[in-house]
Amino acid sequence: MQEITREQLIAKAKELLDKGTVNRVLGWKRGEFDWDITPALFESAEELDRDFVWNDFCGANFSKYLIAETKKQPPVTDKPVLVFLKPCDTYSFNQLLTEHRFERDKVYAVGIPCSGMADINKIRDVADGVVSVKSEGENLVVETLYDGTKTLPFADMLAERCAVCKSKKHVAYDELLGEDGELLDSNRFDEVEKLERMTPDERFAFWQNELSRCIRCNACRDVCPACTCEKCVFDNPQSGVENKAAANSFEEKMFHIIRAFHVAGRCTDCGECSRVCPQHIPLHLLNRKFIKDINSFYGDYQAGAEVGSRAPLVDYTTDDLEPSEATKWEDTNA
Amino acid sequence: MQRIGVFVCWCGTNIAGTVDVKAVAEALSHEPGVVFSTDYQYMCSQAGQDIIKNAIHEHKLTGVVVCSCSPRMHETTFRKTVAAAGLNPYMLEIANIREQCSWVHKEMPTGTAKAIILGKAAVAKVNLNAPLTPGETPVTKRALVIGGGIAGIQTALDIADAGFKVDIVEKQPTIGGKMAQLDKTFPTLDCAACILTPKMVDAGQHENIKIYSYSEVTDVKGFVGNFDVTIKKKARYVREDLCTGCGLCTEKCPQKKVPNEFNLGMDNRRAIYIPFAQAVPKIATIDPNWCTMLKTGKCGVCSKVCTAGAIDYNAKDEYIEEKYGAIVVATGYNPISMDQFDEFAYSQSKDVITSLELERLMNAAGPTGGTLLRPSDGEHPHTIVLVQCVGSRCSECGKGKEYCSKICCMYTAKHAMLIRDKYPDTEVYVFYIDVRTPGKNFDEFYRRAVEEYGVHYIKGMVGKVSPEGKKLKVQASDLLDNKQLHIDADLVVLAAAIEPDKSARPLATMLTASMDTNDFFTEAHPKLRPVESPTAGVFLSGTCQGPKDIPETVSQAGAAASKVIGLLVKDKLTGNPCVAHSDELMCNGCSSCEKVCPYGAITYIDKEFRMPDRTTRIRRVASVNPAVCQGCGACTVACPSGAMDLMGFKNSQIMAEVDAICK
Repeated sequence: MQEITREQLIAKAKELLDKGTVNRVLGWKRGEFDWDITPALFESAEELDRDFVWNDFCGANFSKYLIAETKKQPPVTDKPVLVFLKPCDTYSFNQLLTEHRFERDKVYAVGIPCSGMADINKIRDVADGVVSVKSEGENLVVETLYDGTKTLPFADMLAERCAVCKSKKHVAYDELLGEDGELLDSNRFDEVEKLERMTPDERFAFWQNELSRCIRCNACRDVCPACTCEKCVFDNPQSGVENKAAANSFEEKMFHIIRAFHVAGRCTDCGECSRVCPQHIPLHLLNRKFIKDINSFYGDYQAGAEVGSRAPLVDYTTDDLEPSEATKWEDTNA
Repeated sequence: MQRIGVFVCWCGTNIAGTVDVKAVAEALSHEPGVVFSTDYQYMCSQAGQDIIKNAIHEHKLTGVVVCSCSPRMHETTFRKTVAAAGLNPYMLEIANIREQCSWVHKEMPTGTAKAIILGKAAVAKVNLNAPLTPGETPVTKRALVIGGGIAGIQTALDIADAGFKVDIVEKQPTIGGKMAQLDKTFPTLDCAACILTPKMVDAGQHENIKIYSYSEVTDVKGFVGNFDVTIKKKARYVREDLCTGCGLCTEKCPQKKVPNEFNLGMDNRRAIYIPFAQAVPKIATIDPNWCTMLKTGKCGVCSKVCTAGAIDYNAKDEYIEEKYGAIVVATGYNPISMDQFDEFAYSQSKDVITSLELERLMNAAGPTGGTLLRPSDGEHPHTIVLVQCVGSRCSECGKGKEYCSKICCMYTAKHAMLIRDKYPDTEVYVFYIDVRTPGKNFDEFYRRAVEEYGVHYIKGMVGKVSPEGKKLKVQASDLLDNKQLHIDADLVVLAAAIEPDKSARPLATMLTASMDTNDFFTEAHPKLRPVESPTAGVFLSGTCQGPKDIPETVSQAGAAASKVIGLLVKDKLTGNPCVAHSDELMCNGCSSCEKVCPYGAITYIDKEFRMPDRTTRIRRVASVNPAVCQGCGACTVACPSGAMDLMGFKNSQIMAEVDAICK
């Protein structure tokens, strides 16, 4: 159950369009079902009324869309674009600003509260043939083809990333709808610790099993707000890694490992990679391991918490841990 | 396609002893692009270089691979050779088949196989090499000397005498360093202050020397010829321009209980102090940790007595930015802490002292006015035990240093001799592992201590010192007589190992100069470039590079100065063309490279691009200043999209080498 309603969002969008503050709106568009929601651009009140949706499946993080949107040719970009940002989206938003990926004044950001998003796969695990999911108080009412109508507690159906939400607080916005939340003392590293407790062989087997399912659809990369290169190394014949992807199982894994290294220190842990993975690979755990290590080696650091913050991996202070000490730390904590 | 010539050097038997050079030349002749391949006894000789030149003409070579010693040794030589034959010097690659191959392998087959692989990697790289042209940068004709001990003073004086401006940055309130604390110097026994203080005065008065005392270097940017240095002048709460050094304040200050660091805490000074009578600059300094006025706001005695009105309790740290063409590191040494050596009872008895403390106890300006008295009760000691190698040559003990501190044998002999000379009724025992006395008149000096002054030299180590009443019970072994000794000593003196000053490590980081595991600065070449650090424009003077005595320090200081002068007389320096380059079509302007660049060589520009759909787009892209870039390559790994590449070491070239090795 979300704190804010679709009607409130549409009203805000219309108001800003009317006032001429913005000339277009980045929002969520209804799909075939309640859960297959697409990011979309709305340019009129009619479009908003017809297609705009806000429910428990609006997980898509719009920050990355702002790059292409703000780079459009005038007159489209004469006015800012309105974007609705959930608290976790604001971290990606700031990180992209830090990396100079779009101009702040071409965007009008409205922060909206978020109660977490549901994971359709969790619902499918307990309900066969889902046809619709509606929110009712603390529960989700699920219509199915084979199991009839089921009432499931919303809290149990939360996506993993939302169950361990790091922040209900917006770190960037022009305007806020509803109340701002707090930073949460989440236990998001528990899953990483589980992996760390495995023996190297177990861990290798775990990742081999997970990554062997990869079909190299590139969805994780395409959705990732940290993957914003002009030309991705995996698309660049000169990079020397582009044709290695998916040639065999080893290289398949290398794709994800190279990607994890490329976003290390810049990943805000938004979890979009795992959300969009059609093979349900927990890709966010790779990134989260990096975040955990960076925190323990260089002190707590949250990418995107503020614009222009110097990330530990591209920053040097004389107090930094020597690499040899980091290795020792790994050995004793492995 | 390149036309590559391969030249395999025998280096006499250095390479040919473990590498079948003919087989290497033969194997490499089949590599792609190679049109000529040969071997020769000494490729670096005139005749060897002529072979290369002739082959370039005869076979119309476009690239050259020399399989020889390390590029650090002869890359410049061979670059000149190929340039003389009309090739771009950067079309040359060296395959190091000596240091990295023949010297580390014993068997001919393994050595040969590895040499071939290294040669193949070099050939693979040359295939992708492109001609490079270096730029030029101007030289700032001013030198910085970090550390104002005898090393720093000598270097500064020599540079200044050659007509260049020099600044000395010294963290203490005065220059002089450790030598100022010494009593007499071996092997001539002339007084340290008598020979040092005139030099300090010279440095203080030299028109080309500026001394930043009580100051530290906090930031270094830039590169050889063009360093930008930030110097922090710590607040001394006394105005340097007004203080006359009369010393009245240091007599009137009511805070009398401050341990005097110049006398190693064996007596006290005031909260406002001048370290010693001959200090340069002779300016008082307020110790903020002890000054009642600064801590509580109540006192102000020094301000009242100062007729010059020099006291300023509101002084703040000042930061000065200055440009330099060269930097000399002269950060010196300290004796190691004796905390870990409790078997000698250093922490339990005041009468167990270090050799540096003994220097102060014997110095006329020291806490006892030059009379050797026991620190505990002020009595004359009659039995003195000197222990050498405390913490030196201590590879297994884990608490000391592996290296020999070099100066202890000689100063211990000096101490023994001086004590016996002044107090003939004193018995002096010296415990040693070896006595090492290489140096002019050194062994004669030591023999004199033994033969003329009757010092008891005992080969063996002291196992334990235990204070008992007024005596120190010393248990030791005499290895030559193979017996245990028990000596009731009045004073035990520990020749503590020396270690580089603690400020050296962070400084090395700022300078990107390399250090060894003991935190001594590394030379560019241990034999042939002993006073240069591997970082261009950074030079080494004195004990920051390794343990050494005063004459050696002074000669090294002069050598460093001559290298600095050689650099500063140039108006322009030829740059390194192996610098970073950003592919603007791939750069996404994220600033990662700018953040990691230690030289500030990367800036961002908004540039207009024509898009495929005939529109234009303004994009933020990185731009490298080739004069500032030092080619460290940090940006190339920070760049997420691979837009940054290092000319001469392109990712594609490195990968080609790796592929050639792994094939």
